[in-house]
Amino acid sequence: GKTALLPQRTALLMGSFVFAVMNDIITTMFNKKFMEELFKPQELYSKKALRTVYDRLAHASIMRLNQASMDKLYDLMTMAFKYQVLLCPRSKDILLVTFNHLDAIKDFIRDSPNILNQVDETFRQLIDMYSCLSAGEFQLIRQTLLIFFQDMHIRVSIFLKDKVQNSNGRFVLPISDHSLLFKRVEFTNGGSYISPQREGSFDLYGDRVLKLGTNMYSVSRPVETHMSGASKNLASHTKENAAPNPLAKEELNFLARLMGGLEIKKPNGSEPGFRLNLFTTDEEEEYAALTRPEELSYKVINIQATQDQWQNEELARIMGEFEVTDQPSQSTSKGDDLLAMMDEL
Amino acid sequence: PAAPPHRAGWSPRSPCPASAGCVPVTQATPTPSRAVMSSPCDARALTTRCAVAMAAGDTGYRKERSVPLKSSSSALYNNLSVLPLRDKQLTYFAAVHGSTVSLASASADGLSVSHRQLQAKEGGLAVSASIVTQASWCVLPSRVLLVLTSQKGIQMYESDGSIMVYWHALDVLEPPPAQAVFARGIAAASGRFICVGTSSGLVLVFDIPSKGTNITLSEVLEEHRDSITDIASEVGENPDGDADLVTADDSGALCVWRSKEEFSLLTKISAFGWTCSSVKLWNGVIAAGYGNGQIRLYEAMSGALRATVSAHARWIYALDLAPLTGKLLSGAEDSYVQIWKLSRSPDTGDIEIEHCHSECVTDTQLCGARFCDPEGNAFAATGYDLSEIVRYGQV
Repeated sequence: GKTALLPQRTALLMGSFVFAVMNDIITTMFNKKFMEELFKPQELYSKKALRTVYDRLAHASIMRLNQASMDKLYDLMTMAFKYQVLLCPRSKDILLVTFNHLDAIKDFIRDSPNILNQVDETFRQLIDMYSCLSAGEFQLIRQTLLIFFQDMHIRVSIFLKDKVQNSNGRFVLPISDHSLLFKRVEFTNGGSYISPQREGSFDLYGDRVLKLGTNMYSVSRPVETHMSGASKNLASHTKENAAPNPLAKEELNFLARLMGGLEIKKPNGSEPGFRLNLFTTDEEEEYAALTRPEELSYKVINIQATQDQWQNEELARIMGEFEVTDQPSQSTSKGDDLLAMMDEL
Repeated sequence: PAAPPHRAGWSPRSPCPASAGCVPVTQATPTPSRAVMSSPCDARALTTRCAVAMAAGDTGYRKERSVPLKSSSSALYNNLSVLPLRDKQLTYFAAVHGSTVSLASASADGLSVSHRQLQAKEGGLAVSASIVTQASWCVLPSRVLLVLTSQKGIQMYESDGSIMVYWHALDVLEPPPAQAVFARGIAAASGRFICVGTSSGLVLVFDIPSKGTNITLSEVLEEHRDSITDIASEVGENPDGDADLVTADDSGALCVWRSKEEFSLLTKISAFGWTCSSVKLWNGVIAAGYGNGQIRLYEAMSGALRATVSAHARWIYALDLAPLTGKLLSGAEDSYVQIWKLSRSPDTGDIEIEHCHSECVTDTQLCGARFCDPEGNAFAATGYDLSEIVRYGQV
C-alpha cells in the first residue's frame, strides 16, 4: 500500500489544512527567540535533545502524529540529512544544502510576506555567520555532524529504489573517474590546477547548483522505512539512552530556553484536529510502535503537547525561572526538578 | 604486469610524450631563478620536467582477513594507528569513535582478535562528553605510549591501553569561546619528546622519561595560527640537515623544526588555500596530503616544492610512510588507498615519486590508513561508519 499521507497528496483532499499546518510550523520554527538560541555557539545536541525539539516543532500546528508515525518521520529526516551531509563533494556544500532547504521552505510560504521576512532574516544570519568560514572549518562541522549520524543505517524506500542505498542500509558512494590509470605528477615549483566545476551561489537568491537538499519527493514517492535487519549490524552501544546523567541537566537548560520560543497549538473544541499517519492503516501504525527494535527507540523527554500538562502551573513556573546563563552548576537543583518532572510526564 | 613504471624526461629535441593529456598550468608566483612557463610542454624551458607515472608496474597486494572493531570509525583525520609487535607476532590497531577509542589486538593471520575500549576523560566540572580527535602510538627508544587527544585534553597510556600514565587538561576558557577547543596531532620526536597540537595552533612538547609517570610539559611552540591537523617526525635519515619535525595546520601551512636541545623553526611553507590534513617526513622529504586530494612533496630544509600529485578526487584523510623502502600511502574520502614510492635520483638528488598500486574500499569514505610494517609489505585502512579494519598484504 502506497497511500502514505504526504503534503502533495493531502493537498488534493485538504488544501486548507496543509496551508495552515505549513504556516504554523514554519512560523514557529523561524520565530526570533528560537532562532536566537539556535545561533548561539554550542555543542552538538544529543539525539535525545534533538528528537525532543523535533517533537515540539511537529506539534506547532493542529497536526498530530502518534509515536510510530513520529518515529518514522524522524527516521526519514535523519537518514535524508545524513545522506546529504555524507555526499557533499566539497565541505562548504553543507551550507548550500541548508540553503536548498531554506529555498524550499520559502516556496511553501511564498504568499505570506510576514513569515517570508522571518525566513529571509534567518537566511541573512546564516550568510553572515558561515560564508566566511574556510573549507577546513566546514570540514570540522561536517565531521561533527557525521559523528551524530554514525551507525544509523535505517533503510529508506526512496533511497533503495534510486539505488543510493544498499540493502544493508549503507549509502552508495559514487566513484569518481578512476579509469584514469595515469596519476598526474607535476614536478615544478608553483602553479595551480583550475577546477572546472561550477560553484553554487551563497547569496540570498541564486542557483545553488548542488542537488543535495532539494525536495526528494518532488515526484510522488512511497515513504517507507525498514526496521528489520537494521539492528543486526549495530556494533556500538550508544550511552544516550541511559538514565538521566549530568549531560541531561545542561541540555535541559538549553532545551527549556529553546522551547520557550516554541508555542504549541492546542486544538480547541470548534476546530477538528488532524492526525497524520505515515502508515497505511491505524493497525499498521500500532503494530509498528509495538515492534520497533529496542536499540532504535528514541527515548525522548516526552513533553506531551496536551492542554493539561502545559497548564500545569508548577512546570510553567520552573520553565519561566530558567535564565540565560553559562553556569550550569547554578541550575543543578532546578535541572533535577525539571528532569524528575519530565520523567513523570 | 607490463613494463616497469616509466618516467618521461624531455629535452628540446624530444617532446614530452604525455603532452596529449596535459592541462595548461598557470604559475601562481614566478620564482626569479626559474623560467616562467605557461605550458609544461614548452620544450625550450629546461628547468621543469613533467612526469607521468603509470600504474602499469603495479606491485600487487591482495585483500586479507579484516579485523573487526567494537565500534565503527568516525570521520576524523588520521583515524587509524597501527603498532606491530614483531616479537609477539601481534598487531595492535586503534580507531576513534566519538568519545571512545577502539583497540584491537590481532594475531598475524587475523583469526584471533582481542578488544579494549578507552574513554575520553571528562575534565573537571565538565558536563558534556568529550569527543576524541585522534589516537596514536608514539614509539620512543625505551617505551611506547598510546596518546589520545580530545576536546578536554591529552591522555597518555601504556601501549596496551591498560594504564593511564599522564593527563594534561587543556586550558578552560571563560566565557567559552565560539571556536571549537581540542587537541589534535600527535608525534614522538627526537627519541625523548611527544609533541601534541591544539586547536589554537600551539604545539605542546612533553618530555618523556624512559619509565614512570613523571612526564612534563617542557615547551610550547607558537608559530601556527590555525588548528593543528597533524605532526610528523623524521622516520628515516636526513642526509643534508637536521629537520626533525614538521607540523601542519588547518589552513595548509607547514612548519619545519629542529629539535636538538630546544626546538627551533627552520622554515615555514605557506598555505595555498587547502587544509593539510596529513603529513610525513622521510629522508629530508616532506609528504603532505591536502583537502583538494593533492599530495605535495617538499625539501624539508628549504621548504621548496618538488612535486604536486593529483592523487585523489576528494579530501585526503591519511598518509603513511614505510621508512625502510620509502613507500607512501594515501587514503581519502574518494574510497581509494593509493600506494606510491618515494626516492631520490642518485645523479641529481631530485625527489621522485611513482605510483605503485590502487585499492578501492567500496562505498567507504576512508578516514585512516597505515602500513603494518616498516617495509610496507602490508597496509590497513578504515572508514566512516565502518566497524572493521580492512587489510591488504603484498602478493
